[in-house]
Amino acid sequence: MAYVSVNNVSMAFPVKGKGAFVALDSVSMDVAKNEFVCLIGHSGCGKSTLLNLIAGLLLPSSGTIVCEDKPVRGPGPDRAMVFQSHALLPWMTCYENVHLAVRQVFRSHSAAELKDKAEEALRLVHLDHAIHKYPYEISGGMKQRVGIARALAATPRVLLLDEPFGALDALTRASLQDELVRIVEATHSTVVMVTHDIDEAILLSDRIVMMTNGPAAKIGDVLVNELPRPRDRLALATNPQYGVYRQRLLKFLYQKQHALNE
Amino acid sequence: MGQQTAAIPTPGAVALRGVELLRNAFDRSNPNNVGIAWHLLQSLGRVMLGFMLALIVAVPLGFVLGLFPAVYQALNPFFQVLRPISPLAWMPLALYTFRDSSVSAIFIIFICAVWPMLINTAVGAASVRQEWVSVSRVFGVGTFEHVRRIIFPASVPMIMTGMRISVGIAWFVIVAAEMVGAQSGIGYFIWNEWNNLQLASMIVAIVLIGLIGLGLDSALDWIGRKLSFRE
Repeated sequence: MAYVSVNNVSMAFPVKGKGAFVALDSVSMDVAKNEFVCLIGHSGCGKSTLLNLIAGLLLPSSGTIVCEDKPVRGPGPDRAMVFQSHALLPWMTCYENVHLAVRQVFRSHSAAELKDKAEEALRLVHLDHAIHKYPYEISGGMKQRVGIARALAATPRVLLLDEPFGALDALTRASLQDELVRIVEATHSTVVMVTHDIDEAILLSDRIVMMTNGPAAKIGDVLVNELPRPRDRLALATNPQYGVYRQRLLKFLYQKQHALNE
Repeated sequence: MGQQTAAIPTPGAVALRGVELLRNAFDRSNPNNVGIAWHLLQSLGRVMLGFMLALIVAVPLGFVLGLFPAVYQALNPFFQVLRPISPLAWMPLALYTFRDSSVSAIFIIFICAVWPMLINTAVGAASVRQEWVSVSRVFGVGTFEHVRRIIFPASVPMIMTGMRISVGIAWFVIVAAEMVGAQSGIGYFIWNEWNNLQLASMIVAIVLIGLIGLGLDSALDWIGRKLSFRE
């Protein structure tokens, strides 16, 4: 039984004087509970649009999205999002940023309980030492950890990640990927993540959904990632199956998509 | 008193006159000839009063305009007509209505100070970064809290810029407003010295106006940086 299901969803944006720009064309996909799904594709292919549709920040032109038997009609903390640009509020400390989310979700809880939840989320991403710092005082990697803590603190049904590590350097990205693996395992989260990094997708996912280039993007192919967990990035480098997956993704992104464009 | 001629005074004469004016700056022994500091304080007081009234009106109204585009579009034509009117054009009407030159000057300050703060607040509230609005929507922040904890802090830099522009214009306008009908203030002082052909006094007053204007601007710049978020 699908936990999140996207049924025949199309998304068209009105363009002034030109009718409409069709970003997604009849996309269907399912996400199972505790599954980690990556959406991969070239930039501008509509993968972020699909994520925003699941988040409810956009409403589809046609088709439906259901999250745990409830149709998605707007945004909500049960589908908490980690934004590419971290999107921390710069006038709030790390703690306040997380607390803002926590108090919306657990309205009936006492102040002490809310404080515990916010602190626990920051502890989970190893930021207990920077809890009262402002975003401008911490590094890009730390900001994104706060973004992850904020989303996790809402205890969402599905965690949505929109290229969360895209703006980070390679070393910081690797350490945050490892941390995300650890957190997802500890919290049994269901995750949908947008990325354009093939290695990231193979390292993290259970399934990789490949999207064709827009306009009118569709799902081109799906790769079921059966690499055993826990995964170790060093061991993966020499794993033959890893090479097979990598090649399949590269082929899709650079050969098939190229051919489609011409 | 200095020499009774209308020739442009030498820098030395202006400096001497400046020392003389500043030494007696707080003198109020002669009610018809009080010290220049009292005139400056009068002007500053009027500017502050008019400015505060404008602030109280402009910021809440600016938020309404910024958050409800329909209201903005409905009222914008009126603003566009009212905004370019020289504040001094209101002066005779104000004098007739209020029958008090001081109240009229404060009204004029209000009129000229309200626009930059109103427009800046509206633009600030309307152009809050999309990602911050998305955060608010994703985590289900309620309307009141959204305005208080996201829209307001996000707009502070724009509001402070509007305040800075407004105070500059108000300090501009008060001098002219006090030349018309007022019995005190730095504008009155300059006009009075002109009638006495005290050119050196006028020049001293002009320099003081510049220095105080600089002080007001720097003060608001400093407050603005203190209150604005950092990135």
